[in-house]
Amino acid sequence: MMNKYLESVRVMLGGEPRKPQPADYTEEAKTIHFYKKTEKLDFEALKLEAREHQKKGRWLRRRWTALLAINLLFTVSFWFDVQVLEGALTASRMLGFHLIDLNSALQVMLAHKHIIVNLLIGTGTVFVLWLLLGGRTFCSWVCPYHLLAEIAERLHVYLVEKKKITDHAFHRGTRTVFWLMFALMAIVTGYTVFETISPTGIVSRALIYGPGLALGWVAVLLAFEIFYSRRAWCRYVCPIGLTYGVVGVFSPVHVSYKLANCHHEGDCRKVCEVPHVLECVIKGRAPAAQMDIGADCTRCGMCIDVCPSGALAFEIRGLTKIM
Amino acid sequence: MSDEKPQPTVHLSDKRKLEARRRFLRSIFLGAAMLCVSAAGYIPVLREWRVRMRPPGALEEADFLSSCIKCGQCVQVCPVQAIKLDDIDHGFGVGVPYIDSRKQACDFSCDAVQCILACPTGALVYKKPVFMPTRNEMKLASPPILLAKESSPEPTLNLKERSGLAVLARPEKCLARQGKGIKGAARGAAFEGTMRFMEVDRWKPIPLRDHPYDLELCDLCVRTCPIKGAISLESVVENGVTIKTPVVHEPCVGCGVCEMVCPPELAAIVVEARRGWSI
Repeated sequence: MMNKYLESVRVMLGGEPRKPQPADYTEEAKTIHFYKKTEKLDFEALKLEAREHQKKGRWLRRRWTALLAINLLFTVSFWFDVQVLEGALTASRMLGFHLIDLNSALQVMLAHKHIIVNLLIGTGTVFVLWLLLGGRTFCSWVCPYHLLAEIAERLHVYLVEKKKITDHAFHRGTRTVFWLMFALMAIVTGYTVFETISPTGIVSRALIYGPGLALGWVAVLLAFEIFYSRRAWCRYVCPIGLTYGVVGVFSPVHVSYKLANCHHEGDCRKVCEVPHVLECVIKGRAPAAQMDIGADCTRCGMCIDVCPSGALAFEIRGLTKIM
Repeated sequence: MSDEKPQPTVHLSDKRKLEARRRFLRSIFLGAAMLCVSAAGYIPVLREWRVRMRPPGALEEADFLSSCIKCGQCVQVCPVQAIKLDDIDHGFGVGVPYIDSRKQACDFSCDAVQCILACPTGALVYKKPVFMPTRNEMKLASPPILLAKESSPEPTLNLKERSGLAVLARPEKCLARQGKGIKGAARGAAFEGTMRFMEVDRWKPIPLRDHPYDLELCDLCVRTCPIKGAISLESVVENGVTIKTPVVHEPCVGCGVCEMVCPPELAAIVVEARRGWSI
């Protein structure tokens, strides 16, 4: 049981997903894998058939709506002085309750080396919130840079398809190094160095307090992602993602994979921001009939939208058992 | 399971190794590039491009920059919108609040220094924690009395320190020293700044341009100062002539109202951020 979480953290920090050993497979999984070998269905035709009946972009619509609603709530609260959600994504107050971004709070604590009660209260509230909702859920459902990066990603994928550019991957461990580096810089310099270049903070403030030069930096990042490396910031740099990822390790909200339903055609891995969490969908790789997708998953639901056979679905641990 | 896979050819594994090495080098480059970019934020801080006037209750500059979480909640509560957020050209100061007193000064029309109340991280504080370094000349001798609520049972502002000090930087521009008066709006009809005038509306700040003056001798800095005993017009003898000149006193907290209302194109009186009181 513990192993599963350790492995999920190891992969999140940059380790290559391990192929399961023969002993790791459950009897049920072995049986399913055995029968899958004899299946001679026309998976391509099944996929096309499923696509026709599928609701397109169901989770995408929900997610973008939520993301825009949350970010615009900040803007509206300030502009029309309705005081529902005051502040920016780094720190805010919802109807008077302090909410403080975990990574920003960490940077301030490390740089300032002094923690006041309000900071602790706000951080605690947000910690519990994302522990329940799934950690990196913050990335895909709240972070405004994520939305811009998704649009940039579409352009990037289009250009790659047209063979105008090629994608350049980095080592995923780079993000872990960055996390340590930014933490160290905050301690040593006494400044919240990461906040200076954080596109999440910059875009959030631009939406609320108006645009500035800082958006130029965001444009540089987006251009880098469009022309050079797919989703580079979120995949290889952003320490916010890793902080929330760690918070979400034991979260009850996650994507669940059903081996029996899977056709192994791999579309989910093509749309995924963090495809290393979906190693188990590769034919023969899933050691159990039902798998929880790892902590690095942003719970964006793109894989669920694209899956033609219902092998992937959101699950709330505990709740599904009760119902 | 892996034994079922055909052995990859030597050629393929070489290619894979090469790609892995390239990926590693690229990652080092990315790390170095990000390090440089984020370290560039140091340049404006080290050079202190401009010493910024921070909102009331701000810690000393270095502590302020490290403790501010860049959320702008202080911006949202300010009734005269005096607080703005800095841009990325201020390096580590990006998203950190400042006040441009000439454009819009803090006139304490919130009565309770709301920005301090709004700050979630203690970058703005009513009272500094004991271990936080502070300079003696920043400390106020006694709690400042807000003239607007002088008659109320609790007339003081909850401020222990000044954020700067008003200085007569360009005495030659001062209308009072030239014996001149002021007629009409203090800063002209196009000036956007607002202020609370007790005699007009206790709770609502109005544009300065909607509050014209007709004075024989300009004393706007003295008349608009929100703090009791912070500034007065004194007679001095200069070159054998008796003239009137504004004199700043110890209670000055550096709010900047005098700088905002000062009529000449370049203000005669300005507030210097983080400047303490010294005799």
